[in-house]
Amino acid sequence: MNTSLISLEIFVIGLGLVLMLADVFVAPERRHFIGYAAIGALAFLLATNLSSANTGLSSTAFNGMFVEDGLAIFFKRLFMLAAILVLFMAVEFSSEVKAGITEYYSLIVFALSGMLFAASANDFVMLFVSVELITVTFYILTSFQRSRLTALEAGVKYLILGALSSAFLVFGIALIWGTTGKLNFTELAAVAPQFEQSKVFLLGVLLVLVGLGFKISAFPFQIWTPDVYQGAATPTTAFLAIGSKAAGFVLLLRVLFTAVPTVTANWGTLLIFISGITILYGNLCAIPQRNLKRLMGYSSIAHAGYLLLGVAALSTTGQSAVLYYLAGYLFTVLAAFTVVVLVLRQTDIEDISALAGLNQRSPLLAASMTIAMVSLAGLPPMAGFFGKFLLLKSVILKAQETGNHGYYCLAFTAIAGVIISLYYYFGVVRAIYWSKDPADLSPIVLSAPAKVSLWACIAGIFWLGMFPNTVLNLADEAAHVLGI
Amino acid sequence: MSILTYIAGWPLLAALALIVVPGNYRVIIRAIAVLATFISAVLAVKMFCAYGSAIPDGDGYRFVEQIPWVTSLGISYHVGVDGLNVGLILMGAIVAFAATLCSWEIQSREKEFYILLLVMTGGILGAFASLDLFFFYFLHELALVPTFIMIGVWGRGSRRNYATFQITLYLSIGALIALLGLIALYLQSGIHSFQIPDLIRQAQANPMAVNAQNIIFPLLLFGFGILVSLWPFHSWAPLGYGVAPAPTAMLHAGVIKKFGLYAIIRIALPILPQAAQHWAQFLAWLCIGNIVYVGFVAMRQKDLNLLIGNSSVAHMGIIFLGIASLNIIGVTGAVLIMVAHGFLAALTFALSGYIYQKTGTLEISELGGLCRRLPFIGTLLLMAAMAGCGLPGFANFVGEATVFFGAWSQPALHVVTVLAVWGALIIGAVYMTRAVRHILHGPLPEKFAQVPDASNLWRQLPYALLLVSLLVFGFFPRLLSDKIRPDVQKITDMVSPTATAKATPIRVEIAQVSQSAVQN
Repeated sequence: MNTSLISLEIFVIGLGLVLMLADVFVAPERRHFIGYAAIGALAFLLATNLSSANTGLSSTAFNGMFVEDGLAIFFKRLFMLAAILVLFMAVEFSSEVKAGITEYYSLIVFALSGMLFAASANDFVMLFVSVELITVTFYILTSFQRSRLTALEAGVKYLILGALSSAFLVFGIALIWGTTGKLNFTELAAVAPQFEQSKVFLLGVLLVLVGLGFKISAFPFQIWTPDVYQGAATPTTAFLAIGSKAAGFVLLLRVLFTAVPTVTANWGTLLIFISGITILYGNLCAIPQRNLKRLMGYSSIAHAGYLLLGVAALSTTGQSAVLYYLAGYLFTVLAAFTVVVLVLRQTDIEDISALAGLNQRSPLLAASMTIAMVSLAGLPPMAGFFGKFLLLKSVILKAQETGNHGYYCLAFTAIAGVIISLYYYFGVVRAIYWSKDPADLSPIVLSAPAKVSLWACIAGIFWLGMFPNTVLNLADEAAHVLGI
Repeated sequence: MSILTYIAGWPLLAALALIVVPGNYRVIIRAIAVLATFISAVLAVKMFCAYGSAIPDGDGYRFVEQIPWVTSLGISYHVGVDGLNVGLILMGAIVAFAATLCSWEIQSREKEFYILLLVMTGGILGAFASLDLFFFYFLHELALVPTFIMIGVWGRGSRRNYATFQITLYLSIGALIALLGLIALYLQSGIHSFQIPDLIRQAQANPMAVNAQNIIFPLLLFGFGILVSLWPFHSWAPLGYGVAPAPTAMLHAGVIKKFGLYAIIRIALPILPQAAQHWAQFLAWLCIGNIVYVGFVAMRQKDLNLLIGNSSVAHMGIIFLGIASLNIIGVTGAVLIMVAHGFLAALTFALSGYIYQKTGTLEISELGGLCRRLPFIGTLLLMAAMAGCGLPGFANFVGEATVFFGAWSQPALHVVTVLAVWGALIIGAVYMTRAVRHILHGPLPEKFAQVPDASNLWRQLPYALLLVSLLVFGFFPRLLSDKIRPDVQKITDMVSPTATAKATPIRVEIAQVSQSAVQN
């Protein structure tokens, strides 16, 4: 038993509790300091985590349920960074929350703890518990603005579909346990080859993938994404877009490549189809969208498809490309949503046209949004370009190794998706700089913390796009843990 | 640091500097942009003159600089010149300087315009200098994206949105297909290096399997071909240039468009020689589409910019024919035209931009007699049109004549060559002289009675600079051809049937290749 391994998680949960207690002692008009305190505490934890020497060894706790290895560390840092930037957003958003802003901060921190556990899950029980911890907090976060009808609608949709996906997940786990008697990923990997012919076992694995498919919003489980993204409070949407999705991906990678690698090896074609259709669905449906958050919802589906390219490649290069892409996606998506929060918090409409004249209202916001859109579209020298380059490279490598033409088709599909996406991403940029007679030209005053978080996102996007060495090495190390 | 880094670096640095300059300091913004491109052009001239005395490295590249960038993938910042790109970099830097000078026609959002123009300049010069496959693509893409924005924002006329949409779609598809091809090339070679010299050496030592070559070559040919408006993927070009602001059209038609051709010669021919032989005949027939079909289309144009755009597509056909001939004469000619056409396209678009600026129209039927009011601009337009028809004395003549000799020496291309010569000389002459007659001669419409000529030296400089460059290389083509020939010789030796016959046509499994790479 090695309880010290979960010290980070314990600290994070403790932080959530302390925040809730602090609410009692802090006057309402000074509650944004609670948010900054949470940011400071998380930044401290992140800094300690970064400075601690990475031994490169993996160690387990709780009878192998919890594993601390390169992959877990990579994702934990990613989640902490995401939570910090989302908290910045939440502080800016606090004026829109009628009551209980402190609960909002602490719920974000609790969701973070779920993600941290997910990064280390090495057992189906741990997987289920961490997924539930994330999902249940998100039920509340989604409908936090109780007075808004759209928020309630989004909350109900997320609740019903989330519960459905949990049901699939649990049913799948039950089938796997019923056939193999194993719940631990490492133990399961040892016995899985014997059960490859068992249809019940395969159905169980498939149902687990369905449950995780909801989390990452892959086709055909993507249906909730646009509605929830549109209705939820913007910081919640941002955390859903990066945190919840990345948690889904780390669990997916663990299940596919640690728990049932032999089954996964036969499922390349299935993954190719899911990835290709997800890319096309997300990009095509994004074209007619006028609501910015809904557009980001469809764009997030498309990006789940791109990320699945790396999973479908069934190789270490593919997995490390997924990790790299997620790191770039973190900065990009958070930059975009921070702008959405700052520009649209006063308006009820979230139409793209509300961005009109943004370059005159605040050049920094306009530049951040443009950089984020260009990076999402995958143009150099942004993070999105290098990420897509790595993903495509992994797919083509697989195609050449196996001679499977499906992979070439997948690469072409991804390219078609990129081309389609140029249209709507540039639509956003055009709305910022070149709309005719914008209605509102009042300057937007940015608080210093908001500026800090925007500059951090911009720096991250350019850093990952132009100096990929550091993160790429980390991603390579992390992917080696998975062993395929 | 290598002089090449400075040539590409100054414009990019100036673009960064412009970000902090307030938008209403118009003179300063323009001065910074002009100065940066001027320095870059002077350095390029210096580099061109010093080329002969510079010491080549083991692979024949001069002014080489290499800095590792992503070690795990074998990507490094690696620049160098040989005969293939020395002229292109010189041409690109001079055209960029001229285009910046011509940018006085831009009246709105000047700061953004100059930033994009400088990014385009730095990107494309860096792409030409790059000997690393990744940077090669990366910097070209960096130069390409501003084109779309510039056409969308500063474009003219009612078809602006459609043209922007079309050019973005076509060029992005082309670039991404080429990217697939380049990644496939890198992976197929089995060495973990994006360095072009390494890849070529690997391809010589262990020729790539023929079936792999035949998959990758079309990706590169059509990917880069779309970027160069290879028929039948050319329709974006005339319309895009028709609505683009003059500096953008100058830089794109003159410089950026040459990138695709350069990439085919630099990468596709030496690394995929057998596929190149296989596809050469097909490519030669596509050239006829460019030269003859688009030539006829150009004859029917009523708008000067559309006419120039179509004629520039037709000229690309001649370059492709030079590449398809796969011999030293033809490929040398192709490189010569790439340089010459860069100056020519920039000159014609600059002149048409001037005429549009002063008259507000480019409809050929509405113009007339302009030579009376615009002696300087008119004379230059006449000379540019003559250069476009391939008149001796201009650099284009040298290149075109060489390409036709080269193509004729391939027995398989006789029919194509005859058609191409006919198309280039007759059709080209018909539409060019017709345009000259309608625009420069005849009665001067009343409304243009007060049109001013480019009077002061400052305004005349960009046009004069481009024309002088055309004439210099027209009268002294050896300045270029002596530099080009040895390096083209290396490439054509690799592509020649005797060289590739030695290659084993069995499929080399990638695992074996990568194993041997590891052992090496």
